[in-house]
Amino acid sequence: MRRDHLTALENESVYILREAFGKFANLAMLWSIGKDSTVLLWLARKAFFGHVPFPLIHIDTTYKIPSMIDYRDRLVREWNLRLIVGRNDAVLAAGATFPAGRATRVACCSALKTDALHGVIDRHGFTGIIVGVRRDEEPTRAKERYFSPRNQAMEWDVTDQPPELWDQFKTDFAPGTHIRVHPLLHWTELHVWEYIERERMPIIPLYFDDGTGQRYRSLGCAPCTGRIASTARTVSDIVAELRTTRTSERAGRAQDRESEAAFELLRRDGYM
Amino acid sequence: MATGSPSRLARRAVTSSAGPSGERLRLVVVGHVDHGKSTLIGRLLHDTGSLPDGKYEQLAAAAARRGVPFEFANLTDALQAERDQNATIDTAHVGFRTARRECVLIDAPGHREFLKNMVTGAAAADAAIVIVDAQEGVREQSRRHGTLLKLLGIEQVAVAVNKLDLVEYAQAAFERIAGDYTAFLAGLGITPRAVVPISARFGDNIAARSARTPWYAGGTIVDLIDAFTVPRPAVDRPLRLPLQAVYRFDHRRILAGRLESGTLRVGDRLLFLPSGKQSTVKTIEQWHAPARRSAVAGDAVGLTLVDQLFLGRGEVASRLDDAPSTTSRFTARLFWLGRQPFRTGRSYRFKLATQEFDGEAVAITAVTDAATLEGPAAPGDGGLSASEVGEITVRTRRPVVLDPYDRVPHLGRFVVVDGLDVCGGGIVLDADEAGALMPATSANLTRPVGYVSCERRQARHGHRGAVVWFTGLSGAGKSTLAAALERELFARGWEACVLDGDNVRVGLSADLGFTAADRAENLRRVAEVARLFAEQGLIAITAFISPSRTDRLRARQILGREGLDVPFAEVYLSTPLAACEARDPKRLYARARAGEIGEFTGISAPFEPPDHADLVIDTSAVGLEEAVAQLVEYLAPRLAVS
Repeated sequence: MRRDHLTALENESVYILREAFGKFANLAMLWSIGKDSTVLLWLARKAFFGHVPFPLIHIDTTYKIPSMIDYRDRLVREWNLRLIVGRNDAVLAAGATFPAGRATRVACCSALKTDALHGVIDRHGFTGIIVGVRRDEEPTRAKERYFSPRNQAMEWDVTDQPPELWDQFKTDFAPGTHIRVHPLLHWTELHVWEYIERERMPIIPLYFDDGTGQRYRSLGCAPCTGRIASTARTVSDIVAELRTTRTSERAGRAQDRESEAAFELLRRDGYM
Repeated sequence: MATGSPSRLARRAVTSSAGPSGERLRLVVVGHVDHGKSTLIGRLLHDTGSLPDGKYEQLAAAAARRGVPFEFANLTDALQAERDQNATIDTAHVGFRTARRECVLIDAPGHREFLKNMVTGAAAADAAIVIVDAQEGVREQSRRHGTLLKLLGIEQVAVAVNKLDLVEYAQAAFERIAGDYTAFLAGLGITPRAVVPISARFGDNIAARSARTPWYAGGTIVDLIDAFTVPRPAVDRPLRLPLQAVYRFDHRRILAGRLESGTLRVGDRLLFLPSGKQSTVKTIEQWHAPARRSAVAGDAVGLTLVDQLFLGRGEVASRLDDAPSTTSRFTARLFWLGRQPFRTGRSYRFKLATQEFDGEAVAITAVTDAATLEGPAAPGDGGLSASEVGEITVRTRRPVVLDPYDRVPHLGRFVVVDGLDVCGGGIVLDADEAGALMPATSANLTRPVGYVSCERRQARHGHRGAVVWFTGLSGAGKSTLAAALERELFARGWEACVLDGDNVRVGLSADLGFTAADRAENLRRVAEVARLFAEQGLIAITAFISPSRTDRLRARQILGREGLDVPFAEVYLSTPLAACEARDPKRLYARARAGEIGEFTGISAPFEPPDHADLVIDTSAVGLEEAVAQLVEYLAPRLAVS
């Protein structure tokens, strides 16, 4: 008897979530309201038998597509979640953002997401942060570990990562540093949607064609996130579309294309 | 026909499109630095049409801007430092599919400095291709990587001899290198599935047969990938469920863990080690999934048990007749990655399944140079240096549960942590029987028949048999409380009796002295006698300092041997040393302080308090009557005849 591959993926992620919960006294999960971190939230409920035994962090750039916030607040109520909202008020007040202010796209991402996350981690003393990144999204994420250390300045030292073998993860770390935990690392975009379909999971409707012949494939801030041409109106439609697509998932994310190493530089500084 | 301009290659051999996702083969490409690992992966992605539209053109344009030739390796060498140096630093995972299957390609670095990253990549793989440069031949990392593949348990290995273009596609050059490396692998016990002549740069024998190697009759790299298999979960191995945690989020007490091998059903009887406790699976708990009554290897499960046992992370569940070893000594083969050498006599932290324990190597018996396979040599004073492989004997501070790697791989491999970092990995060769607490499997499970049955004795006594094992410092109140408990139980009409130093040392253990070995043997005898009493339906109360965790654990295991199901209550009298010393009824502390008694527990010898005592009583804070009441309250429901 053997399990289908979606169950195998789920088993691995559940194992990782339980390891993280057992090892980090002060643990939180990043929730962007997008498909990946919502699947992650669902997997946490699988791992902990319906409970989510740690807070969720939502980094609010204030530029998010508005219906994302309504959707977030509804699930928080319905699923009885603890939510921490992080925001970089100083930069927002100074107006140093893209496109209205003087910031480039990358500088804006760095200030509104990375710095805001840094603030939340410092304030709450989190030592473990669960993040829904996947290897297939982007080439520097393809080099990530399941348990990935960040130093006191939140930087990722990509040239000196810890060994990781046989599901023995890096759980020892120096004071002031933290570990990013990546339970979805081995999933693909197609897996995520097939799993949403199998589980009949709720998902934010921005991913569907709203009648304009366009949909979001990846969710981010309104000024930097484009839609793709698509008539997919259901989860099954999206699954069918992804089985034949030849474009990459983050093609609609403009900040990645500012320079050849733009995304690597963002991630080295602590971006998700 | 392959040409030097990849962009003009038709995507013909295979297509990446279509179909639901499925089972994925994880394939690592290893070998010496600059032999072409990343180039092979880039070429595979390109020739199988696995790249997103525009990706090739984007990287070609980037290379043109930088004024350097396009390299296929840039598809996975995503870090700026990697592109600058044209070398892979860290392992990358990329997905692709052949016409037949889905695959994850794992690019591993070939530089010795990044061996930990190579190990990380290879440990995640189901199969491996070792790539060897046709011009340079077999080099140091070619051999070291082969050795590590064997240690990591990768059984499906193939070889690609690359850069055939640099030797003008000469068969002789290919045959020489194929012969050299196959001979090296044979020394490791590896027979390669295939040896393929390729040029990754020009696409020869990658996705399509090359006309430039007419002398080669075998398949392409894609054919090879299609012939590898994804290993089955270990359902046919003995049941092993290492506990990750016990959750009490609501009314349920759920044991969470991954079933690493075997199969499990509701109603199965389980033995938990090292505690020796037993119970029966009541339910398999899940959220948002159909109810289930069974689980197989690989499943992350949650169980509830018929009995309320106190269990924690690190316990390993198995079947009663097919248990792993519980031991504080084992031998292992270790590969070392740390900056500081691995040495004997130094304490390291080990992680094995969900157990974490401190231990030290008492011996490093052989060191093999992983790159030459020379040896095994006797180790020098330097211990085990980075990238060396050695055989070690480990002594642990407390009993650990494990299997030889060949028996159950998931319970037979471990990592070693030095400071904050994982610095090595190893596989268990053997559990040292001298250090084993209980044989791995019980050869004879049948118990004597023809005596009065346990059930009939229980019916007459009106209660079950049990062992109440007191532990604590001298003067903690063990004998006093044991005697008071015996009187109380007797008054209730229950059959109880005390075993203590006064009645055991005069006869049963009259031949024993007070050396560490003799004390351990004394406690073993006490446990055996207590077991015999309990089997007859009596409540045996033992009152011994029993300062060692190992001795107490052995007593618990003796009681649970052969599936005997009677309660064992470890009662820890936690009375503080100062209070015990103030009482000092036999003036033993005074004499120990004066140096008249050596190795006196609490003064000159350690007491190892239980981590998971069934009951803890501090007799300096609780009166005798209250302590007896607590004991009776604890015992009464457990001794009731159902």
